[in-house]
Amino acid sequence: MKRLAPYLLILPGGLWLAIFLVVPMVFMASVSTQEGDVVNGFVQTFNFSVYGDALVQYRTQFLRSAGYGLVATVVSIALAYPMAYWIAFKGGPRKSTYLLLVLLPFFVSFVLRTVSWKFLLADDGMLLSPLKSIGLVPGDFHVLQTTAAVIGGLVYNYLPFMILPIYVALERVDPRVVEAAQDLYAARREAFTKVVLPLSLPGVFAGVLMTFVPMTADYVNAGILGGPENTMIGNIIQTEYLVNNDYPTAAALSFTLMAAMLVGIFAYAKALGTENVLEAAAR
Amino acid sequence: MTDIQAGTEAAAAAASTSAQVPAIELDGVVKEYVAHGEVVQAVKGVTLTITEGEFFSLLGPSGCGKTTTMRMIAGFEDPSRGTVRLHGQDVTDVPPNKRDVNMVFQSYALFPHMNVWENVAFGLRRKKIGEAEIKRRVGEMLEIVALTGREKRRPREMSGGQQQRVALARALVNKPRALLLDEPLGALDLKLRQAMQIELKRIQREVGITFVYVTHDQSEALTMSDRIAVMNDGLVEQLASPREIYESPSTAFVAGFIGTSNLLSGTVDRIVSGSAVLRLGQEGRVLVAGDGFQVADPVAVTVRPEKITISTEEPTGDLSVVPGIVSEVVYLGLYNSYAVSLADGAEVTVFQQNALDSTSTAERGDAVWLSWQPRHSYAIGS
Ligand SMILES: Nc1ncnc2c1ncn2[C@@H]1O[C@H](COP(=O)(O)OP(=O)(O)OP(=O)(O)O)[C@@H](O)[C@H]1O
Ligand SMILES: [Mg+2]
Repeated sequence: MKRLAPYLLILPGGLWLAIFLVVPMVFMASVSTQEGDVVNGFVQTFNFSVYGDALVQYRTQFLRSAGYGLVATVVSIALAYPMAYWIAFKGGPRKSTYLLLVLLPFFVSFVLRTVSWKFLLADDGMLLSPLKSIGLVPGDFHVLQTTAAVIGGLVYNYLPFMILPIYVALERVDPRVVEAAQDLYAARREAFTKVVLPLSLPGVFAGVLMTFVPMTADYVNAGILGGPENTMIGNIIQTEYLVNNDYPTAAALSFTLMAAMLVGIFAYAKALGTENVLEAAAR
Repeated sequence: MTDIQAGTEAAAAAASTSAQVPAIELDGVVKEYVAHGEVVQAVKGVTLTITEGEFFSLLGPSGCGKTTTMRMIAGFEDPSRGTVRLHGQDVTDVPPNKRDVNMVFQSYALFPHMNVWENVAFGLRRKKIGEAEIKRRVGEMLEIVALTGREKRRPREMSGGQQQRVALARALVNKPRALLLDEPLGALDLKLRQAMQIELKRIQREVGITFVYVTHDQSEALTMSDRIAVMNDGLVEQLASPREIYESPSTAFVAGFIGTSNLLSGTVDRIVSGSAVLRLGQEGRVLVAGDGFQVADPVAVTVRPEKITISTEEPTGDLSVVPGIVSEVVYLGLYNSYAVSLADGAEVTVFQQNALDSTSTAERGDAVWLSWQPRHSYAIGS
């Protein structure tokens, strides 16, 4: 009984995962190799060629998603790090207030927030029309339906997931250790690059994991803020499923995306694992 | 001859030519913090001079301002008023990385992402010293602190005592002109602590640099220091050699803080050439040296428990003599500890070595006489 106790702890979560993750996945895997249509029904034919076909057909969107995810991740780090740093080291007694402010957008629906950006940034919306009327920007200038708008939306929506883990890592850095670096002749900048930054890298690492995956798979931002040129793989899956009712293709695309991201994440973890990064930073 | 010894000799030669410039001088240093809209004075005006090569301790109870004083020497805190001079140079506005002193933090503050070797090499790397020399000096330093062979360990893979030695090596390897240690042994158990005290003292003798040592452990300060500044509530109460501080505490606080001490109060009965005779109750008389006494003045005196003799018969001679009743006897191995109640209700602690003579075997409830040499009690200002 005693030896079983640890397993009992993971039982509820394990069951949850088994029922709501594994079962649908098995089901979708089976759907992906079926053939047919909605009217006449689908039949299992073990048609694996759908994977190759889907990949070839939507290669552009796959690569675009990866590219958007990558750029948005880099921009997120650039925005989140200074913010997390400021809250952790200069936030004083109001730290928790600032953290709440960071999380505030989460109290508003994801879609609603993105739609409101659409209104704000519309060609004749609140922001652009006054700028156009005073001639600050050309009349045909537009923000929506551009790559920048989609990446901007991604960054905006997922930024807290980057800020929080970086904040947690920075918060754990002992200020005495930073002082020790200064005491040992490190100027402020060196104390940062040699001590604070390496000690906070695990947080950056976690932040990347938490944002890159959902940003790459996102379809809301491209759907609302982007144009036909900005379609991401998430939008394709959505269209195949809901509009074309081509369930096998949608399922095959989902699995391909998942596999690609798992491989990518493992490669990333292996190359930039916490230990490796710290080893390099020690010099 | 090791490199460190060579460095020290050079420093000593430099010191002798520059006619004893003090290593560290604090001049009217005050540190104020604003906490919850209120001004708190952590250090209320400290003036002291620490000479080159000295083992100097800051001793005092928790919260008395020891760490704050040390952090101002290291440069982590700006004094609100006053000046800090290192080797004759005003460094009040110089940042910590430009001061030639190194600090050993209370919690060690080792770099958790670096191994022992990288930790120790950190300061030398920042000073842009050549890789070959870094290698030599770090290796030599690790040998001094007996950590050779542990270079690749991370701090969290080491015991408290080992981490403490890494912290020491990391500071000493830079050959600073003064080393600041903030309760470096605080986290160690008693045995390791005593071993490290001896070790620290040996290293200090070997490298010969100034040590400023913060502690709230009086026996540590007494055994290790050349001089001690006893601090209380942001001020230095007494600055003197360990013996002087123990034997002749200048204030009631110092007397109470250092060792066990008895505080007796009486009134001046008469004055005799350079000393006063105090009356304590009906039969007690205490002789105390000093002038400036006035007849009928109330005066407080201290006397250490081990200086008092217990006897069942009234002693004769030029002694301080006070009668009392034994209220408690505690056997402590080498000696007995007696609690003796005086007529005025005060309780006096007496340590008496065992099996010295038969007169000192008093029992609980016995009426006894306490006596001691006049030179063992001091009048203290309040
Ligand atoms: N940053 C600060 N803000 C406000 N008050 C402070 C600050 N740092 C120290 N103090 C106060 O100053 C006083 C002296 O603190 P300090 O740390 O110098 O004491 P200490 O003698 O080192 O004590 P300990 O033996 O407990 O380490 C304390 O009353 C403390 O509360
Ligand atoms: Mg302290």
